[in-house]
Amino acid sequence: MERIYIFKRFERFWHWSQALLIILMMVTGFEIHGTYTLLGYGDASELHTSAAWALIALWVFAIFWHFTTGEWRQYIPTTENLVAMLRYYLSGIFTHAPHPFRLTQLRKHNPLQRLAYLNVKLMINPLIWLSGLAYLYYNEINAAGLGLDLGVVAVLHTIGAFLMLGFFIVHVYVITTGHTWSSHLKAMITGWEEIEDPQAGAKS
Amino acid sequence: MKTNRTNRRARPWAAALLAAALAGAAFQGGPALAATKASTADHTKFKELQQGFASGPDVTKACLICHTEAAKQVHNTKHWSWEFLNPATDQKLGKKNVINNFCISIPSNYPFCTSCHVGYGWKDASFDFTAEQNVDCLVCHDTTGSYRKLPGLAGHPPYQDTEIPPGSGKFAKAVDLTKVAQKVGRSSRDTCGTCHFFGGGGDGVKHGDMDSSLAAPDKELDVHMDATGLDFSCGTCHRTSSHDVPGSRYTPVARDTEGAHIPGRADDSLPATCPACHGQAPHKGGGHAAKLNDHTDVVACQTCHIPEIARGGVATKMSWDWSTAGQMGPDGKPMLKKDEAGRVIYDSKKGDFVLGENVVPEYRWFNGEVTYTLLGDKVDKDSGVTRINRLGGSADDGKSLIWPMKVFVGVQPYDPVNRTLVTPHTAGNDDTAYWKNFGWEKAIKTGMQVSGAPFSGEVDFIRTEMSWPITHMVAPKENAVRCAECHMRGGRLEKVGGVYIPGRDAHPLVDLFGWLMAGGALLGALAHGGLRILRRKG
Repeated sequence: MERIYIFKRFERFWHWSQALLIILMMVTGFEIHGTYTLLGYGDASELHTSAAWALIALWVFAIFWHFTTGEWRQYIPTTENLVAMLRYYLSGIFTHAPHPFRLTQLRKHNPLQRLAYLNVKLMINPLIWLSGLAYLYYNEINAAGLGLDLGVVAVLHTIGAFLMLGFFIVHVYVITTGHTWSSHLKAMITGWEEIEDPQAGAKS
Repeated sequence: MKTNRTNRRARPWAAALLAAALAGAAFQGGPALAATKASTADHTKFKELQQGFASGPDVTKACLICHTEAAKQVHNTKHWSWEFLNPATDQKLGKKNVINNFCISIPSNYPFCTSCHVGYGWKDASFDFTAEQNVDCLVCHDTTGSYRKLPGLAGHPPYQDTEIPPGSGKFAKAVDLTKVAQKVGRSSRDTCGTCHFFGGGGDGVKHGDMDSSLAAPDKELDVHMDATGLDFSCGTCHRTSSHDVPGSRYTPVARDTEGAHIPGRADDSLPATCPACHGQAPHKGGGHAAKLNDHTDVVACQTCHIPEIARGGVATKMSWDWSTAGQMGPDGKPMLKKDEAGRVIYDSKKGDFVLGENVVPEYRWFNGEVTYTLLGDKVDKDSGVTRINRLGGSADDGKSLIWPMKVFVGVQPYDPVNRTLVTPHTAGNDDTAYWKNFGWEKAIKTGMQVSGAPFSGEVDFIRTEMSWPITHMVAPKENAVRCAECHMRGGRLEKVGGVYIPGRDAHPLVDLFGWLMAGGALLGALAHGGLRILRRKG
């Protein structure tokens, strides 16, 4: 068994506070959407807005961190091992085949993760962020004469929310597919990831 | 600690004093409050008023000695003419001309209806609208609460003790004109309320947001008129100049886009709208307040701030069915039926009523345009409900807001041959008045003759609806309508179209695919994980 320090303190802080905020926003957001009643529309809407600002602030820090540390390179998509990863999730994982990806500090996400996170960062987040701000500043935007339709803004924001929910479900499941059921989770808590022995036959 | 004990000991005294003060205020009402806002003139000291008056017009002549222009000013108002030409629709409106689904119409019933006219003697078309002494100053400027005009006296108060209604054994005392004249003052909730609280033939009948409970309301009932708080009179908002009272039901301002009006600015008018004082961003502060301000281009202030109407303990009529009028009691005489609260729900003279208290209004887009169904306009019984007034407005005309409405339903007589509404002669001590003779044909024939309109002789009943935009009984902000009451499916604004309301509206396909995707992801994860568990080593 080998251990590798993979998530730095800020990264872990960013991840978990973001997780908390996104769960909070999904819970309040779907209440605002009319899916159920939990806190009451008014409180849900206020909490949703406050959480949105907190998340935006967090994103500003995270973006700054990614660029100053060069960590943004972790999300550059690659086709290397992509098919192998897919094959692993679809069959190898059930036959206890070795994990086709060996992570290092420089490459801490497998090619599928890279694609998924890049998609979150370049598609889902901007969609939610922009449609959310348009939702929040709908009156001001229209006062400036842009003729925005609140229904369209809401639909875009809802699509973003569903995409985020889908990502969230898959993400929560896929963290159980590490070396052990909990090794990914431990890594995100402690920073240290357990990985398979190189001798076990992992391709690098 | 010591102060606390002193306070505790002092409290019974304070409570007693407060109770006494409140009781005093309650008993004295308007006059006590008026006295605190001292006038520069004590009318008891005017020689002109130190005499006995034989009639109302005699009092008016005395008033006009000093207030030389007052009667001319009143002559120019709707309060005097009961006429209004709507410049937008060219419809001739005003009480004289409109037909409603309460007491229906005025023309053949003047001596009764004009007990709410600001004049003396309007009993028929011969009334002299140019006579200055015919203006009734006292009905608006009385502060004693003892001035009353009685139905049937054509706008005069009783000059002798008068049995009302005749044969009832109940007497209305003669008005002491000298006392009333010497105690005149500003108009008040009481004076305006003398007529406006009792529109439609009784307390609270017509409006729903105006009844006698507003004479001395508490804060819960009306945050502005709160008798022990801000204590607004009607004139505080309906700020009157030259006797012309702003605020009109014929051409209301549905969407005031101006800021707060500040005295001294070029335009120091004060329309009777909320933004006239509160401006366009009435909720102060950031965040939540800012989000509330975002609503003001869609929702009228009244929609959230008047959660229910008829909140003061006085019921308002929600419907009136004239078609059941005329049933007699077992003794063959006109009868009243009452509900368990003792309120009249059937009157042989008028038919069946449905009453409502704490009524949640209906909501509609409204741009201030009101079109009436007038005498002579064709009506169609088969087309469902006939609208006494049709309100203009839509989500996208840029002039409308979502307004609360009292929607009043009537079943009233009409002429099925000529297909017009009719103007029955209801009140009167003669051979055709419905309330004396209980015969529709005679009553309508007389009424239509006076109106100068054709009548076929056939009588049927037609279902009508009248919308009353709601604007009084503004609740304290704590009691405003909660977000979720509209931001939900099946909420207050369920039927209001043309606007996306978060919580009410959603794109069904987006929702369907969204939940299918999320559900699919969850099922996929469970299946994948399940398979992994099954294939676990060992």
